[in-house]
Amino acid sequence: MTFFLQNFFNGIMLGGLYALIAVGYSMVYGILRLINFAHGDVMMMGVYFAYYSAVVFSLNPILSFTVAVLGAAALGFLIDRVAYKPLRKAPRISALITAIGVSFFLENLAVVIFGAIPKSFLDVFKDKSILEKTITVADARIPLLTFLVIIVTFAMFSVLFFVVYKTKIGMAMRAIAADIPTTSLMGVNVDNVIGFTFALGSALAAAGGIMWAMRFPNVHPYMGFVPGLKAFIAAVFGGIGSISGAVLGGILLGMIEIFLAAYFPSVMGYRDAFAFIILITVLLVKPSGLLGKKAIEKV
Amino acid sequence: MERKLPKKLNFVLTLLFILFVAFLLYLANEKLDEYMLRVVRLIAIYGVMAVSLNLINGITGIFSLGHAGFILVGAYTSALLTLSPEQKMMSFIIEPIVPWLANVHTDFLTATLAGGALSALFAFLIGWPVLRLSGDYLAIASLGFAEVIRIFALNAISITNGPLGLKGIPEYSSIWWCYGWLFVTVIFVASLVNSSYGRALKAIREDRVAAEVMGINVFKHQLISFVVGAFFAGVSGALYAHWLTTIDPRATTLGPMLTFYVLIMIVLGGLGSISGSLIGAALFAILFEWLRDLEEPFVLFGMRVPGIKGMRTLVISVIFILVMIFWQRGIMGREELTWNNIYRWLKRRGESG
Amino acid sequence: MTSPTLDLSKKPILILDRVTMQFGGLVAVDDFTAEIRQGELVGLIGPNGAGKTTVFNLITGIYHPTKGKIVFDGIDITPLKPHQITHLGIARTFQNIRLFSDMTVLENVLVAQHHKFTNPDADRILKINGKSVKRMANFWFWRSVLKVGYLKFEKEMVSKAKELIEKLGLSKFMHEKASALPYGDQRKLEIARALATDPKLLLLDEPAAGMNPKETEDLMRFIERVREEFDLTIFLIEHDMKVVMGICERIIVMDYGRIIAEGTPKEIQNNPKVIEAYLGREWEGV
Repeated sequence: MTFFLQNFFNGIMLGGLYALIAVGYSMVYGILRLINFAHGDVMMMGVYFAYYSAVVFSLNPILSFTVAVLGAAALGFLIDRVAYKPLRKAPRISALITAIGVSFFLENLAVVIFGAIPKSFLDVFKDKSILEKTITVADARIPLLTFLVIIVTFAMFSVLFFVVYKTKIGMAMRAIAADIPTTSLMGVNVDNVIGFTFALGSALAAAGGIMWAMRFPNVHPYMGFVPGLKAFIAAVFGGIGSISGAVLGGILLGMIEIFLAAYFPSVMGYRDAFAFIILITVLLVKPSGLLGKKAIEKV
Repeated sequence: MERKLPKKLNFVLTLLFILFVAFLLYLANEKLDEYMLRVVRLIAIYGVMAVSLNLINGITGIFSLGHAGFILVGAYTSALLTLSPEQKMMSFIIEPIVPWLANVHTDFLTATLAGGALSALFAFLIGWPVLRLSGDYLAIASLGFAEVIRIFALNAISITNGPLGLKGIPEYSSIWWCYGWLFVTVIFVASLVNSSYGRALKAIREDRVAAEVMGINVFKHQLISFVVGAFFAGVSGALYAHWLTTIDPRATTLGPMLTFYVLIMIVLGGLGSISGSLIGAALFAILFEWLRDLEEPFVLFGMRVPGIKGMRTLVISVIFILVMIFWQRGIMGREELTWNNIYRWLKRRGESG
Repeated sequence: MTSPTLDLSKKPILILDRVTMQFGGLVAVDDFTAEIRQGELVGLIGPNGAGKTTVFNLITGIYHPTKGKIVFDGIDITPLKPHQITHLGIARTFQNIRLFSDMTVLENVLVAQHHKFTNPDADRILKINGKSVKRMANFWFWRSVLKVGYLKFEKEMVSKAKELIEKLGLSKFMHEKASALPYGDQRKLEIARALATDPKLLLLDEPAAGMNPKETEDLMRFIERVREEFDLTIFLIEHDMKVVMGICERIIVMDYGRIIAEGTPKEIQNNPKVIEAYLGREWEGV
């Protein structure tokens, strides 16, 4: 029971992190039909922003977190403005290849600016004792950090759902996802709303990344690649274009990974491969994902 | 009106060109220093990678990002065959090598062909599920498969030696092997493209549905393109392994970064053009080496600028993004550097000059 | 319902038997039953959204019917894929032109002949049904790459293509990219490409769209000539009534996915159901 509980909470935490990153993919894809390859790398930059705020500028953890999240949001907005906007009318392949280029660029930028040598995110905490605290749930000792992460994740999703469903700009986002020309005819500044979408998705991803770094403190320029890829798989799993789908897909993927590794430890090294197997299966069986709608190609 | 050079002239020019290149290669082999020669050989290896990826992405329009996976398969397969049983026994210290690989030892040609063949087999198996997907998903799925191959390489220790990789691979990739294989690749792919098959592949790129309605079995043709591309990717992997002399599965030079490099080559050269891919490969190799200087301290306007590691890949990625935004067609676009085209270009210059 | 001018001596080449196409909750084609006989020139008309192009998509295998059967030349083509159906002898043009834009006119027409050389699954179907196989050689892939025993076929394909291009008056555009052609010539190229697949049945989807009266007149003569010369059966969708009434021997009228009338041009013109369907909707051309 203890074993199960520990893994359960780990699964929720990991799933929440995947979900935070997946949401960004889903929103951008829903609007632009573009897989933003650079998303995972924006997350990585967010983590570095947090690291430097805390370690170099000695800001307290909460301030560092805020600075990093805002910084990532700005970065996301900038990338869209500079790299993707000029290609709005170009064939999809061009935008996709450019996204790969941006991803590449960010990774190398990080190598140049921050150095390729991995850093430990634990340096952010002046007082390391917080990392040791645990809470006991039915005989299982769950790290305080895990709960913290779950709570913050939940809070962020609440904010997200509020923005998307209860604000004007959220409505604009949903309108654009349905039909860009009509929305622009209704007086909405489409480019700004798209930029905002990128910013929002990037902010969430950065938040996710920072919490990820608290759990897996190895910070390096390529750290965004695999989580980014897996988050994308989670988004597809849940139904690309659907925010709830991304959340569902993320949590499911996290749970599956944790439980698989827990109960079948011999396949530890192949853990990452499972995500891809899930991807292929989903794409072949139900490409629209768990919560997505079936799209008919009009001939 | 189509002005074509007579077929015989075309043939003679091509033959002369090949002899000329062979002569240059001979000179290079004799006169160039070790370092330069290495770069020249690498250009050919990149060339094979680029031409094979271009067949899949540029000509058939399949947005595959899994090329590094096929290259890796070719690299491992060929290396495991050219390493002597003693070397294998000594390298595999975590877990002993599987018995059926322990005593195999072949020559370079057989090893390279085996590498290509195994890659082609992988492509055939992967193609069945992956090629049914549309553009964006295909990209991710193919990237995923390449990652799975890398994960397998890291974990199947008794076959690949896991994270330790393979060392001491004999440096068989001489200038003749590299350019010989490049020649074969170009001839094969060009011949395929200049046939009814080639037209069918291009039609698939233009409009999948219309191609299907014109009687083309789109899936089968995509699979053929994918498998052929993977075969030559495997060959390039074999050449690469015997140029690097080590395979380190954790190195970025063999992971998704490699696929991006090859993508840059074909985009720069012109997506859909074989000659473009060759030009792109050469440019990339030269640029990459030339930019190496940026990573050492250098003097700019009389000031000493410290070298920054990783600067060159950064510059390359900036160039890549700029090319994508401002110059998508690349150097050759979809045209080829044929004698006819050169003749027509010269004529046009002559007329306006 | 049989029409008095229906020549029962001609055998049916295409039979649609209670074909229904449902997309989720939407029934696009409902219980469509029709026969097209060898050599006929039949028109399919109806208001926008009636399901006409969907019928064409069903015949050519792009969609598979939710219910019903489609039989062509005695072979059940319902489960077959588009490339197989083309190989069996049905060709089509598209409503929105779908040429291979970056390829030349010649290449567009050449590509349409590719299926004759490499279509083993469709050949098997032909064999099973006792028809002659169209395959010209084996090992097409290796022949193409090694250029062994290939060049003479290429020559044949090229001369056939050039002949076709000439017949359609497109010779001057031979080496131009398809996207560079004027609109009317692009439509002609679509037809040339379809003809190059060597069909028995030709489906034309709004061939006169966007044409002026003179071009339309030329097109009508052209369609009749093509039917004669290539011994074809033609099934066409059109909104331009001049074309439909002018050359179609028989007309099938659709509305909301169902057939509401069928008969000669004269009968259709006076059919109250047809008039109601058109007048009750906004529709251009009548």
